[in-house]
Amino acid sequence: MRYSLWPFITVAIAAAVLYGSRIFKERVQRVVLPLATAAIFLAAWQFGCDLKKYELRDSATGTVRLLEVFPTPWQTCVELGRMSGDGTLLRYTVASLYRVAIGFGLAALIGIPVGLWMGWSTRTFRALNPMVQALRPISPIAWIPIAILWFGVEDASAIFLIFVASIFPIMTGAYTAVHSIPSVYVRSARNFGLRRHEVFRYVVFPASLPQIITSLRFALGIAWMVIVAAEMIAVQSGLGYVITDARNGNNYARVCGAMFCLGVLGIVLDFGMRQLQKLDEVRWGFSKVS
Amino acid sequence: MTPSGSPAPKVAVRGVSKVFQRKSDALVVLQGVDLDVSAGEFVCLLGPSGCGKSTLMNIIGGFDFPTSGDVSIDSAPVEGPDPRRVFVFQEYGVFPWASVWDNVALGLRRLDAAEQHARIQHYIELVGLKGFEKTYPAELSGGMRQRVAVARALAVKPDVVLMDEPLGALDSLTRLKMRAELLRIWQEERMTILFVTHDVEESMQLADRVVVMSPRPGRIAEIVEIDAPHPREVDSPEYVEIKARLYGLLGVTHSF
Repeated sequence: MRYSLWPFITVAIAAAVLYGSRIFKERVQRVVLPLATAAIFLAAWQFGCDLKKYELRDSATGTVRLLEVFPTPWQTCVELGRMSGDGTLLRYTVASLYRVAIGFGLAALIGIPVGLWMGWSTRTFRALNPMVQALRPISPIAWIPIAILWFGVEDASAIFLIFVASIFPIMTGAYTAVHSIPSVYVRSARNFGLRRHEVFRYVVFPASLPQIITSLRFALGIAWMVIVAAEMIAVQSGLGYVITDARNGNNYARVCGAMFCLGVLGIVLDFGMRQLQKLDEVRWGFSKVS
Repeated sequence: MTPSGSPAPKVAVRGVSKVFQRKSDALVVLQGVDLDVSAGEFVCLLGPSGCGKSTLMNIIGGFDFPTSGDVSIDSAPVEGPDPRRVFVFQEYGVFPWASVWDNVALGLRRLDAAEQHARIQHYIELVGLKGFEKTYPAELSGGMRQRVAVARALAVKPDVVLMDEPLGALDSLTRLKMRAELLRIWQEERMTILFVTHDVEESMQLADRVVVMSPRPGRIAEIVEIDAPHPREVDSPEYVEIKARLYGLLGVTHSF
């Protein structure tokens, strides 16, 4: 069934020509080159599927069909269509996004103020930092049994895991941001007679905002990875659950479809976070807004 | 060092020494510095790096304390930073997250809205940044950012402005322009200025008196008075002697 490779091979050759040539404008490259990379990836995927097949013999007619062991890109596509058709895709995507939103939101709500406070007050830093550093390296996955013990096989378990996964990078980012504020800013503020809380309001907070946004972006990336593990074990809905459930039903096309959705949504979330960097108040902190 | 019969000095530095304790020894940064600055005077502190001129400024500004001796302003001892004596840092002291307007507003938060508005507007115009009120520092040139720093400092109407190499980060052409601007503003507002530089021409162009400092330990080598109207053409013959003297005090033999 080698014919299934030809469209991809054609695209890949075209991409190679394009990559080597300089005739195309930057804007064309920005669109075409990533698409070409995707095509090469799909071609490799298809090629891999063609390598290993099993025979399915129809006992009545005696005909033999060759079937892929691993789902092809097209089979994955079909499965994705089926999932979005019957509504499971939307339902489970919303479930995952909801858990991440709540867990990540709580982590930001607590992590940013506590982190800023740790950065601003040496005493608080000394009190809390050793504990934070001890908890931080524990993988969020290690918390799964405890989450189930406390919250059961419920949303709350997954939300708790997302919270644990995102709060430490956010906290660390916030206090590191405060610690790296150039002293000249704080000195100026003191010179102009600003009181301690005003220094915080007008200098410390705005000065650390860009780095806080960077740490939020980083933490959201982690949260999105952890949600899969959380949903595989701690709940029975969401994209992570789709993966375990489909695996148990030996539906690998569905596994790949769910993975595809996780990737796309990850890009969308990161794009959203990147928009925050474009605000006037923080743009100065990013030398080049990507 | 005030001429006899003149009123009490604005800034009085009396026997100020500063010693930094290090692991094995002590580093004497300033030794027995005496200096009087009268109100409305423009004084330059000139010296090579490491002569303690920045430390002296920090002490006068209330950011650091002398090991011995004392500093008083209007006969009151300096006990900490105070908006009546404002430091102008190099342009990097301007807040990048705030617009020009909000930067200048920094020290004016206790004024009522109308007065605040009028002051901000006045000082933004004074430094020639009208039309840039909503601009963020990243979109300004180095010279313009330096003007923001100056406007922000002057807006609180300080008695004494402390400038620690404020033009050091600018290119030479912008520096020349900023010197002229600074003189114009000083002549308009008549505040007392203490200005640190290691540039001989700069000190000659700006100062009523140039305080030449010598390093390790930092002390005042000599005070050179420059009694000439502005603007000064510091390349003209009458300045040759002063220039040679200043360079001589800094240990540089200069052939003209």
